[in-house]
Amino acid sequence: MDTNSNVYTFIYSSILVVIVAILLAFTAVQLQPLQEKNIRIERMQNILKSVGIIATVENAEQLFKDKVKDDFIVDLAGNKKTGKGFDVKMKTQSKISLKIMKLNQKLLKASGKDKEALSTKISKLQNTLELPVFILENEGKSYTVIPLRGKGLWGPIWGYVALEKDKSTIFGAVFDHKGETPGLGADIAKEWFQKQFKGKQLFEGKDLVSITVYKGGKGAAANKGDLTHGVDAISGGTITSKGLESMFKSSWLFNYKSYLKK
Amino acid sequence: MSNKSLLTGPINLNNPITVQVLGICSALAVTVKLEPAVVMAISVTVVTAFSNVIISLIRNTIPSRIRIIVQLVIIAALVILVDQVLKAFAYDVSKQLSVFVGLIITNCIIMGRLEAFALGNKPFPSFLDGVGNGAGYGVILVMVAFFRELFGSGSLWEIQIIPDSFYEMGYQNNGLMILPPMALIVVGVIIWIQRSRTKELIEAN
Repeated sequence: MDTNSNVYTFIYSSILVVIVAILLAFTAVQLQPLQEKNIRIERMQNILKSVGIIATVENAEQLFKDKVKDDFIVDLAGNKKTGKGFDVKMKTQSKISLKIMKLNQKLLKASGKDKEALSTKISKLQNTLELPVFILENEGKSYTVIPLRGKGLWGPIWGYVALEKDKSTIFGAVFDHKGETPGLGADIAKEWFQKQFKGKQLFEGKDLVSITVYKGGKGAAANKGDLTHGVDAISGGTITSKGLESMFKSSWLFNYKSYLKK
Repeated sequence: MSNKSLLTGPINLNNPITVQVLGICSALAVTVKLEPAVVMAISVTVVTAFSNVIISLIRNTIPSRIRIIVQLVIIAALVILVDQVLKAFAYDVSKQLSVFVGLIITNCIIMGRLEAFALGNKPFPSFLDGVGNGAGYGVILVMVAFFRELFGSGSLWEIQIIPDSFYEMGYQNNGLMILPPMALIVVGVIIWIQRSRTKELIEAN
């Protein structure tokens, strides 16, 4: 058969594409429930890990039920809203938060009518913001766990930070990412990076200053003399590190200001 | 070519990176540390071997004008399929691979071997060729990653090698080692050493 004829080429490519498409669509649909369950369990594991509980895939769900004492949503003013924190889609919320941040920057430059329109837009968005909070108890101590989400270099980064009773001292932090550069930005998910956060303070007196990431390799934060709020960035992973800092500041964590002050 | 030379050839005399100059781009991206380099080497070996076999099986039916697209579709489908299955049944492994999936699909070694070998050879030799080239790629990746991690981060496989006392005396990790250009320089040095030691690779003039 002439494999170079136009008709053959057309038929061949059509059949190939249809077969591949069916194959991929079928596996994706079939495996989706299993994949979603894995993601759910991983979220539970990460939340537990932020307070120092290591859960396996098997016992994560049970442990999560036992250790999580409260799971709710707050608004910008720090008041409780209806709903469960675990069901909140962080992806949507962090998008809203980023949008508010951008509009606020615009607001500074705007004047007259634009200003009014912008501020109504902002307050509308702010009303839709849902901020999840988890209260966990382990070995007689109670912790407030706050989920974080932001932008890395190639995609989203997220994490959970566990606060002690004063809602300022960090007990533990867990970070993860979708596709940061292996060996560089991806190291935010590594133990050595995360353990730096233990004992850091979010508040300085009454001000929420949160965490700053310092460039300059190991000991950069110590060199800058900021050990209470500073951590070392990852060399070669500057944009991921900066994204992480922003997640701890204006792009996400600052939304919790009123709640944390209570 | 004998089956044995299909396996061992690519490790030295016909190395995909240093002689065929394929797969350089991913060699820059994943050689900052040893661990990702090894993960990448294993994944590329598996994908090259199996896509070689598949293309070799259907080589007589592929219309030559669209062969590159056919190859691309098959590689991409294969990699995505494996990733989906891992996501459902071995979530940890799939998280390790997440970033590599894109890098594997675009790795020119795979396409290069399909073009140069699988299109004209039987499935079994094609399989061996895939494994051999994956191994040759892996050897260079591990070598580059070894130097980059040792001098760039002072560690090997995340374990600190250079003692703290060195740092106290003023030793510093080389920041350039972490950046992509240094990978090219290290690969260059490896090519230089390989060429000067191997007579077959020295050109007449």
